[in-house]
Amino acid sequence: MTAPAPSRFDEPWQAQLFALTVALNEAGHFGWPDWTQAFGATLKRRGTERPQDGNADYYAAWLETLEGFLDATGHAPKAEAARTKAAWEAAYLVTPHGQPVRLKG
Amino acid sequence: MPHDHSDHDHPHTLLPSDPALRVKALETILVAKGLVDPSAMEAILDTYEHKVGPHLGAAVVARAWTDPAFRARLVADATAAVAELGISGRQGEHVVAVENTPETHNMVVCTLCSCYPWPLLGIPPGWYKSDAYRARAVREPRKVLAEFGVTLPEGQKVRVWDSTAEVRYLVVPMRPEGTEGMDAVALAALVTRDSMIGTGLPGPPR
Repeated sequence: MTAPAPSRFDEPWQAQLFALTVALNEAGHFGWPDWTQAFGATLKRRGTERPQDGNADYYAAWLETLEGFLDATGHAPKAEAARTKAAWEAAYLVTPHGQPVRLKG
Repeated sequence: MPHDHSDHDHPHTLLPSDPALRVKALETILVAKGLVDPSAMEAILDTYEHKVGPHLGAAVVARAWTDPAFRARLVADATAAVAELGISGRQGEHVVAVENTPETHNMVVCTLCSCYPWPLLGIPPGWYKSDAYRARAVREPRKVLAEFGVTLPEGQKVRVWDSTAEVRYLVVPMRPEGTEGMDAVALAALVTRDSMIGTGLPGPPR
């Protein structure tokens, strides 16, 4: 086999999200059973709105769960997450095309 | 004076999607607080993108088909048996191997979320994580199997195993007929991902 294997993830952010969650768990910041309970609850709630497709829906539910989880534990409160997201957005908008994007400060 | 610069549409770096920015924000915060090590994240990505996958589970099944003592150990304590092959589960997870027989066909689902034997099969396919499969595997397994192209003999029962955060199941399919002369490496090539989830059967000998 010489062809590179396709990614297991549809989008790079899904891979980052997966790695971030597993890294938090492996570093002992939360137990996996607690994670699966929270994630299962999100999937269930979203599934009553419409059937979840297992791909894009799945990682959207994963992200929502992790954000809620980290807000509850205080590791990444929602307001701080929103501020940091806005800072990244601003950094992208002022960085000339082709140059690395960095957060100020 | 008319002017057009070809770059007009993208004077700045393209903005990533909303979820991509949200993930980036979390990562920035957690790394800054020292809660997550970027190199640990890279190692995790490398493992799940390049190292683990169904080929590992297939090697376990092929070994079970060719080594009766290993098969006995696998059925008794799969976590310990797969560790012999250098496959370690994530912390606190147990692997349970369920063997198909002429009487019983096994099939695996996670009705809670998407629990799956990552170290043996890698990241689960989209259908395994879909509501359609998660809801129907338990309710109408034969119908689901038929959609996967699997029709079982009438006398063979279907047993559905619901995975949890603590227990992950690996289906050990029956060794196909006509494979008597094949070694473990050749046999492993017949063992498909779906046959280890129970939604498929191993391929015929080539």
